[in-house]
Amino acid sequence: MIPSISQPASLRWTYRAYILLFYIFLIAPLAVVATFAFNDSLFPSLPWNGFTLDWFTSDTPQRLGVFSDSAMLESVGVSAFIAFWVTALSIFVATTNAFLFERYDFRFKEFLYMLMLLPLVIPGVILGISILISSNSMANYMDEVFNLEVEFLRPGLVLVILGQFAFITTIATMVIGARLRKMDRSLEEAAYNLGATKTSVLRTITLPYLRPAMIGAGIVAFLMSFENFNTTLMLTSSDSPLTITMFDRLREGSTPELNAVSLLLMIVSGVLALISVFVQKKEDS
Amino acid sequence: MKQHTSIFFWLLLAPFALWLILLVIIPHIDMLGIALREQTAPREYAFSFKNFIEFFTEPLYWRTFMRTAVMSILATALTLLIAFPVSYYIAKMLRGRSKSFLFLLCLIPFWVSELVRTYGWMILLRETGVISNALQWAGLVSGPVELLYNDAAIMVGLVYTSMLFMVVPLVTVLESLDDDIIEASYDLGGNMWTTMRQIVIPHAMPGIVSGCIIVFMMTLGNYLTPNLLGGKDSLWFTEQIYTQFITRFNWELGSAFGILLLLLSSLIVWLGLKLSRQTLTSTMT
Repeated sequence: MIPSISQPASLRWTYRAYILLFYIFLIAPLAVVATFAFNDSLFPSLPWNGFTLDWFTSDTPQRLGVFSDSAMLESVGVSAFIAFWVTALSIFVATTNAFLFERYDFRFKEFLYMLMLLPLVIPGVILGISILISSNSMANYMDEVFNLEVEFLRPGLVLVILGQFAFITTIATMVIGARLRKMDRSLEEAAYNLGATKTSVLRTITLPYLRPAMIGAGIVAFLMSFENFNTTLMLTSSDSPLTITMFDRLREGSTPELNAVSLLLMIVSGVLALISVFVQKKEDS
Repeated sequence: MKQHTSIFFWLLLAPFALWLILLVIIPHIDMLGIALREQTAPREYAFSFKNFIEFFTEPLYWRTFMRTAVMSILATALTLLIAFPVSYYIAKMLRGRSKSFLFLLCLIPFWVSELVRTYGWMILLRETGVISNALQWAGLVSGPVELLYNDAAIMVGLVYTSMLFMVVPLVTVLESLDDDIIEASYDLGGNMWTTMRQIVIPHAMPGIVSGCIIVFMMTLGNYLTPNLLGGKDSLWFTEQIYTQFITRFNWELGSAFGILLLLLSSLIVWLGLKLSRQTLTSTMT
């Protein structure tokens, strides 16, 4: 079944209809979330009562729009703060990991590479609880032995950042490592022949070559952190990030304000996704 | 020079080792330690298998465990069945622009937070939702129908969430299949079914296996989708873990559950790799 082999028309059309259905299935949930953000009703459901921007801009207790909902805005800030640190940490460690695995040969390299992939295989909830247990026992130890209360080892922002960093680093390492593997080593050798030092080669040749992959991995890391739920749920405390706030609201019974937040999220991640696709296109050419 | 290299090597090894040991290895060892202990007096613990025994003697626990496993396998199989024709269409039936467009369209929903996607399904499926209203409008049902909070809703959500992780490896592996081979099969008298069974599927096996492994692991560890789409009776194992940790504060039992979930996930992944003669590293990259 390829274009060059003729098939009965009925079969071809059935196949096309199936593909169309598949894409409707893919788009439908996102389309309804976006549409109901503009419904002039207290509930994100039918009937359609006309178009409104209230769920973005309104500021009454009954209809609280996103831009007036300080709790929601605060959690966006918390998420951005977390995502910034997760991105910075994971890109740094991922870059060193990429050099380690692509440029050096050492004993147990394959075994260590497999260990490096491990965080992807561990369910997010379990990664979360294991870090919770470890940091808690360390905090208890500090308390008992040194009589010190180490605040950041209890559930909160630092633990959320560490928990997300634990698995996002693996993904970033794979992206940056793949780019480093494709690099033409003769570029570096040429620079060495011309008398460049190791640091200047790194600064002027290797890192600029890696930059598209680092930007791409950075975008992915930021988005994954911003949208993470499973690991965050286990490690968060009173400063809840956006996904946790939305989850709590969703269980209380949602208003179209949630749709408005979701639509804004979709737009931001869509733009970031386009940027990363664009960066990758440039990387290939 | 030799000395120089080894300093760089240790500098690169340090962040890797710190990240992996502190955030992945020690936490899991701690988790195992807690799972294998029992409180004998306040602040006194002893080694014991009590938590694991409790798991096997309390029907709710192991039934939830088995249910999660079976439903994850089912969700994986369904995802494969739905994704395969789509991936084949993208990889073999299309060329150029329309191909990259449809492929990108497949990826877009997955840049959006899982929470937003699930919320979309809630709006579609609930009693006052879009599908219920459409069915009433079409005269197929007389009153509102609740499509949410049952196993089918969980299944739809899980399949939707996993789709990308099946489509990408399948498209990649199918693209590497040469059209000439399919033509040769037809020339030798094969029809569509024999070509599929004897040429395309054997060739696609590595992609099928890696897609299935990733989807299975993600489904097993999912918390958000079963929780929101399944309601109170969703009985997903990660919810048990959450309950033990956060609600009941029984970390010993929760850790034992975590270990069991990890064992199940590793066992199935190992079986999948053994049956297809692949390694974890080749599956992930």
